[in-house]
Amino acid sequence: MSLLKTIETGLRSLLGHRLRSVLTTLGILFGVAAVIATVGIGQASSDSVAARITSLGTNLLTISAGSTVSAGVFGGAGSANTLSMADVQGLQDKQSAPDIEAVAPVSQGRASLVLGSANWSTTVSGSTQGWLITNTRTIGTGTFLNANDVTTRTQVIVLGSTTAANLGAGVGDIVLVKQIPFQVIGVLAPAGSQGFGNQDDLAVVPITTAQDELFGGSVQRILLSATSASTIGSAYLEANQILLQTHHLSDPSQADFTITTQTQVLSTAQAVTQTLTILLASVAAISLLVGGIGVMNIMLVSVTERTSEIGLRKALGATPLDLFRQFVIEAGMLTALGGLLGVATGLAVGYVVPRAANIAVTITPFPVLVAVGVAVAVGLVFGVYPALRAARLAPIEALRAQ
Amino acid sequence: MAAPDELIHLESITKVYGIGDGSVAALRDFSLTVESGESLAVMGPSGSGKSTLMNILGCLDTPTSGRYWFAGQDVSRLNETELAHVRNRRIGFVFQQFQLLPKLSAWRNVELPLLYRNVRDRRSLALQALEQVGLANRVDHRPTQLSGGQQQRVAIARALVTDPDLILADEPTGNLDTASSRDVLAVLHELNEQGRTIVIITHDPEVAPVAKRTVHMRDGRLVEQVAA
Repeated sequence: MSLLKTIETGLRSLLGHRLRSVLTTLGILFGVAAVIATVGIGQASSDSVAARITSLGTNLLTISAGSTVSAGVFGGAGSANTLSMADVQGLQDKQSAPDIEAVAPVSQGRASLVLGSANWSTTVSGSTQGWLITNTRTIGTGTFLNANDVTTRTQVIVLGSTTAANLGAGVGDIVLVKQIPFQVIGVLAPAGSQGFGNQDDLAVVPITTAQDELFGGSVQRILLSATSASTIGSAYLEANQILLQTHHLSDPSQADFTITTQTQVLSTAQAVTQTLTILLASVAAISLLVGGIGVMNIMLVSVTERTSEIGLRKALGATPLDLFRQFVIEAGMLTALGGLLGVATGLAVGYVVPRAANIAVTITPFPVLVAVGVAVAVGLVFGVYPALRAARLAPIEALRAQ
Repeated sequence: MAAPDELIHLESITKVYGIGDGSVAALRDFSLTVESGESLAVMGPSGSGKSTLMNILGCLDTPTSGRYWFAGQDVSRLNETELAHVRNRRIGFVFQQFQLLPKLSAWRNVELPLLYRNVRDRRSLALQALEQVGLANRVDHRPTQLSGGQQQRVAIARALVTDPDLILADEPTGNLDTASSRDVLAVLHELNEQGRTIVIITHDPEVAPVAKRTVHMRDGRLVEQVAA
């Protein structure tokens, strides 16, 4: 029997039981709709997480010193002292780096801060006036470091709010860092608990002072902020160019520094939402499976009901293969119908939900195609057993059933 | 081996249902020959093995032992698919219950066997067959819109449409009133006159005279042969 004729026969039999056919497809319908909707919601939330991270200051670029290689062992990023204040000056040149808004070298270490009888161990960063902008922080009381503090190596310190509270320090107090007195000139406004670690437990001193008195001459990192999110790319290229020049490197692959952007943070966040989306979609896909079992059930009913028709067709010359194909194709058509109705429902959900509730849904073609493909495959797979039953019916037994 | 003009040659056919002590032999060492162009009535009470004979003749079932040559071909050991091809190309069935598909029109029902051999012009072949049984004006009627006699004539048209070597009718008048029976038997007789081989299985003595030869069965064996 030709494929076209088989499909026509199947269609006729499905139309002969309209209500039953539609009810059978419901399981598939909801499965496909659920997959499309959850993937759509997941996609939208991934987009919104990305947007939020971007708004939190993706202008930030971090330059880390290259890694040391001693006796074939990599020392890890930042272990080599390849960054210097000369690099910082180069990066601050507005002529060659028009897209870089602020530059802040960082040389940091752990140190004990002492004020009277209070003693508090925290991270002390040597940096410049650019630190405030690149870290998107604001000063709470007092002032931050200025250019003069850096050039004249003043012994001044700015504290995070937690650090200041623990030491009981305020603007004007003298705090001892590694026995060296620093005057508190400002306390940062609390940053809240964003990101990892406490952003409010820290101290900042001029990098020149830190190099001379605390941690030696190295620059571990240079923080850059681009003038806007859209200029990160060009800021990246400018920074790369300047550092290659100041390091006298002609081959970019030999670079002894690494520039990272918030893109990495972004991709991590997106990986997380993607995992969640896959999880949700898998749950939705289970209902496709359940729908498939429903299809198998109704196809078995259909085979039983049509036993005498099957017998007749066999007597008239239908081969077992003809009948197998007939029932598999009918099952496939049921789930294909369910799949198409499911797409319509999924698209409707994608239209209604963002308007009814404040949930964004982004529907892309790929999951839609996959869902429909899986639905049809489910029908073909679950149609196999009923179709085998039909194909194996003995014609005389089948004819006798009336 | 079968002689050239023999359409059906059954040789020592035995058909046993079940196994062990519960087994029943429906046909015992049964031999029968039907020549091309013949018409044969097989008569016998229920339980005599008529239905089993019909299943074997129609290639719907295979014998437990013995040989069956159909048009010179040994069909007693064919597999299901091969048997389906023999049924489709060489045998037309007429059943007691008509066995028409209720959702299909008369000509769609007649067309059915042609679907399984990918023939073109199925509609015109179906219309020809319906004309032969005198139903040219009923081609688009559903079975439920036709009388019993008309339904059985549609079934005969379906048996004819493939131009088979054999028309095998199983109690063709079993569900019909006298007038319709006469109609249907007239059609079968007419077909035989045109040279088609017909085997009618029946327990109705009224039917047998249509055939040129009648055989009687009892307990899975032939009891006598009567030449008409």
